[in-house]
Amino acid sequence: MSLLSNTGTLLGKELRTEFRSRELLTTTVVFILVVLILFSFAINPTTEESREFGPGLLWLAILFAASLMLQPCFLREQSNDTLSSLRLAVSDPFSIFLAKLIANTLFLLVTEILMLPLFAAFYNIPILPELHYLLLVLFLGSLGVSVAGTALSAISAQARMRELLLPLLLLPLLTPVLVVSATVSVSLLDREPVILWKGIGFLAVFDLVFLTALWLFGEYLLEE
Amino acid sequence: MWALGFLFLIRRCSPTETTRKNTLPSLSPTGLRFENIDKRYGGLFALRRVSLEISPGECVVLAGRNGSGKTTLLRVAARIVRPTAGTLSFPIPDSAAPANNRPGYVAHTTMVYDELSAEENLILFGKLQNVPQPAARAEELLRGVGLYERRASLVRTFSRGMRQRIAIARSLVHRPSVLLFDEPATGLDPLGISWLAKTLGEVNRSGCTVVMSLHGESEISALATRAVQLDAGSVVADTNSGASLRSILTFGGA
Repeated sequence: MSLLSNTGTLLGKELRTEFRSRELLTTTVVFILVVLILFSFAINPTTEESREFGPGLLWLAILFAASLMLQPCFLREQSNDTLSSLRLAVSDPFSIFLAKLIANTLFLLVTEILMLPLFAAFYNIPILPELHYLLLVLFLGSLGVSVAGTALSAISAQARMRELLLPLLLLPLLTPVLVVSATVSVSLLDREPVILWKGIGFLAVFDLVFLTALWLFGEYLLEE
Repeated sequence: MWALGFLFLIRRCSPTETTRKNTLPSLSPTGLRFENIDKRYGGLFALRRVSLEISPGECVVLAGRNGSGKTTLLRVAARIVRPTAGTLSFPIPDSAAPANNRPGYVAHTTMVYDELSAEENLILFGKLQNVPQPAARAEELLRGVGLYERRASLVRTFSRGMRQRIAIARSLVHRPSVLLFDEPATGLDPLGISWLAKTLGEVNRSGCTVVMSLHGESEISALATRAVQLDAGSVVADTNSGASLRSILTFGGA
């Protein structure tokens, strides 16, 4: 029970500090928007090309934005050594990870939901018919990005080249998530939509495996 | 089912699970026992075979030059840093009495959130440590450290001394049995030092074990019942006799 109550308390702290500063959300939304507009101008795709490449570009933008968003996740705990005070206070260090990854997933989802209508408008892709499945893919993909990204953020925060290390570790590790999420999204946004359950299953298994690894070994990532 | 059981078994073996079942609210005297503690960073020994037995209710000052290992020893005691070798334990004389052996720790940094107010910080850390009525405890502490009028202000607007006061309040929020203070007078004005000496004295008299690192003699060091001098990560002097104690406090950090 203390895991859940500690997670709830820490999640409240994460949300409060973010909504007070709005640093992460603003940066991420602006970044994804800029990338989507730039891609749209640079490629100037036809409707068919949009259906084929649009979801891939969207996921690429999400991935790059996530690597920006996840950077300060543990880094900002270092200025006042608040990570140590959290480790002293909580009975299970997994609650620190759980709160951060829930917060990161929420921030990513909020950003994606804000970006979806703009994506549909820029690339002329109707998203409403299969919106519920698209949201499921966005949720599973974002959870995968957050779980892996939160763990790697804890590692990179203690490294010397911390600003460079996170994207270097994160992007290769998330290649399977990017490929599968983009493939499932392309098939969902096709003229004749198909739901690739195998892809959705893969994303769910990826999330579960990384979450379990974090639960088992996460506290070693927090040590000095 | 087997796999799930195996995963739980791995997790039960983690150090946190075996050492931190300690969220009891009431205070019972707790000691500290370091046995052959080594801490190495690469090839550098920060601590070398440190063995110390600190009795419940003692007020111990750690003295020594910069880099002698005082901060590392305190961080090992706070279980923020895991020793490379050796064991740390918190002996409780009366095992029937409940104890809160999660230490209160004040470091060089404030260990509180700049983006939260003083009150929000104390409530946050109170809730995390299952303090009953964390808001009431936060109010009590804020009055104690003289920050009640500024309770709604963000910590980032505080002066260095005020930050130190909120750091001290955070360390006391869960009524710990052991207090670990790393140069607690940093940033405090003379009035603040008097206040800290009075507060530490009260906490120590209530049965709390206090271990602090200090440089030189002050009102705070007058509370010490024992002084331990470290040099190059090893204990080189350990005394509780008046003259030796003052000598270590005066010259230990020189």
